[in-house]
Amino acid sequence: MTLDIAKREAHWHRTRNLMIGHLIVWFIFAFGVHWFAAPLNNISFLGWPLGYYFSAQGSLIVFVVQLFMFNKQQHAIDVQFGVAEQED
Amino acid sequence: MGMQWEGKSFVENLPKIYGVYTGGFIAFFFLMAFFETLGMGADTIGILFVAFTIVIYAFIGILSRTMAVEAYYVAGRSVPPVFNGMATAADWMSGASFVAMAGGIFIAGHSYMAFIVGWTGGYILVATLMAPYLRKFGCYTVPDFIGTRYGGKLARFCAIVVLVVASFTYVTAQITATGTIAARAFQIPFEVGVWLGLAGILVCSMLGGMRAVTWTQVAQYIVLIFAYLIPIFWMSGTQGFGWLPQFMYGPAVERIMELEPIIGVGTAATESVPGLRILTALHATPKEGALAAWQFVTLVACMMIGTASLPHILMRYFTTPSVRAARNSVAWSLFFIFLLYFSAPALATFSKLQMIDPHLATSIIGKSIDEVMALTWIQKWGAIGLLAVKDGNMDGILQINEFFINPDIIVLATPEIAGLPYVISGLVAAGGMAAAMSTADGLLLAMANALSHDLYYKIIDPKAETRKRLLTARILLLVIGAGGALVASMKLTGILGAVAWAFCFAMSGLFFPLVLGVWWKRANRPGAIAGMVGGLAIGWWYLLAVRNPEAWYGIAKPWIGLDHLRFGIVGIVASLVCMVVVTLLTKAPDEETQRMVDEVRVPSGDTIIPSKA
Repeated sequence: MTLDIAKREAHWHRTRNLMIGHLIVWFIFAFGVHWFAAPLNNISFLGWPLGYYFSAQGSLIVFVVQLFMFNKQQHAIDVQFGVAEQED
Repeated sequence: MGMQWEGKSFVENLPKIYGVYTGGFIAFFFLMAFFETLGMGADTIGILFVAFTIVIYAFIGILSRTMAVEAYYVAGRSVPPVFNGMATAADWMSGASFVAMAGGIFIAGHSYMAFIVGWTGGYILVATLMAPYLRKFGCYTVPDFIGTRYGGKLARFCAIVVLVVASFTYVTAQITATGTIAARAFQIPFEVGVWLGLAGILVCSMLGGMRAVTWTQVAQYIVLIFAYLIPIFWMSGTQGFGWLPQFMYGPAVERIMELEPIIGVGTAATESVPGLRILTALHATPKEGALAAWQFVTLVACMMIGTASLPHILMRYFTTPSVRAARNSVAWSLFFIFLLYFSAPALATFSKLQMIDPHLATSIIGKSIDEVMALTWIQKWGAIGLLAVKDGNMDGILQINEFFINPDIIVLATPEIAGLPYVISGLVAAGGMAAAMSTADGLLLAMANALSHDLYYKIIDPKAETRKRLLTARILLLVIGAGGALVASMKLTGILGAVAWAFCFAMSGLFFPLVLGVWWKRANRPGAIAGMVGGLAIGWWYLLAVRNPEAWYGIAKPWIGLDHLRFGIVGIVASLVCMVVVTLLTKAPDEETQRMVDEVRVPSGDTIIPSKA
């Protein structure tokens, strides 16, 4: 119990906001774009109908990039508040 | 044999070990290709591919045997993120993903794409809400987390029940898939193939538990990803779509959309063939209306939330050396899964275009029936009843509604349609086997570990010595595996139905007790128990109700399009309501539990459950 409460709370606050931010992006690409797949299909994206593209590739790429970004950001938060693990 | 399975030198050697392995596998592939040119038959090649890979997995499995608890349950918590990512990807991608996914897209069109989105996006939930915190907890199994966070044997027991229900539903589908592939490769009856497949699965996990499963899964991932991608690259290269078709197939999609009205996709069949279907769904055009969109997103939601609740996936993140490594390995898992999932729609698109585009030499639609019936692949798959041609209007020309196919053969048949050598078919069979075996191993281990660690050790006999615990774990593995094989040999449901149900069961029972255990300090034991019991019971009731509209269950037709694939939506809402209401009506958890939650939320410091050697 070396961490003081204020610091703990600040760390958790930042962590939670990061989570919420990422889940908003996730929500848009998991559900939002697919709800509107039919109208989006009228747009052509590099030869793909856009609505189809999101389900076949677009959303997936967003998810992968997002996770690597999330790790970087979360680690930065952990380091900032001094709660990152000791690396051997 | 004094092989070192942990520590710095082992980890540093991993890329080399798997590099040599990959090289060996490629060499084997070319050897088979060479034998084919010498006139070796397709059947022999298929047998050699499947047998060779299974022997390698068995070799790894036997080599990594262990009698240490930490190694058996969590691979000594020493798996580096990239390798854990590969192991998770193999654990994750089941026989259904490998064999049935492209076929599903081929036949069901846009509505099937919900699986692609759902089975990838779930990892965002795993990374942001769960994996790092469960790793910090230091548990061996998912019920271990529930049991320690909420306290009490009843909470632990409920988690075990949900885990077993979800995993067992799933594992029968995997054993069915191994049985199907083994039966085809070795030309034995399906019932025998199932037991042979089970033997292969058990030899990977019995002796070394999580450690053995981890290192065989990495090996299986390498085989399955090669087996999936090589035919796609090859086919696309030879057909003039370029060598990186995943980024080029947009025009092929548009071409299909252009051809669909011309060849009359959507025309009903005039005849029917049991077990086979004609193509009626549009490839890239979503079904019209808000209900169709709702069904799409609810299926996506079930698959995603189910991903984040399935214990055999979550437990993979207990094997990393640190919390940060757990997070990184989720990202790597998703990357390795992505490689297959973003290729599946490309494969489905190419194989469809091959059949319907009159400008391509491989096309069959619009050709004369005699010409089509003369093709080798039509004859071969037709002979075993997996496709059929029926000239309904007797005009001697094959129409789209006269071509009947079992969609599961798309992945296996596409190389043949494109005229690729048999060695590719052998490779694909080995890949399908790897996918089904690795998932079955993860599931069986999740169940056996929960029953041996949580039920036997934590609930029934807390004084049991290590030897006895690990022996129990192995006996359970055998018993559950045999049970799964027995159910599989009865052929109860199709592969896909059972897979989607597993996700719905897991999300109904486990999602909120897991997430709120970390994110809501106020969550307490009665609430968690209510969440698990209420979610599972109401979800299960709803599944029975929509499956048996005639029976007494109380509803005549599904609520707003929530059919049996989507019953998790009903279950999870029930789970949330039960958990929140009961928690608020009962006492807040004690000081110590609240402090435990605080500790879980920061990566540094010791795990909550102290680690033992």
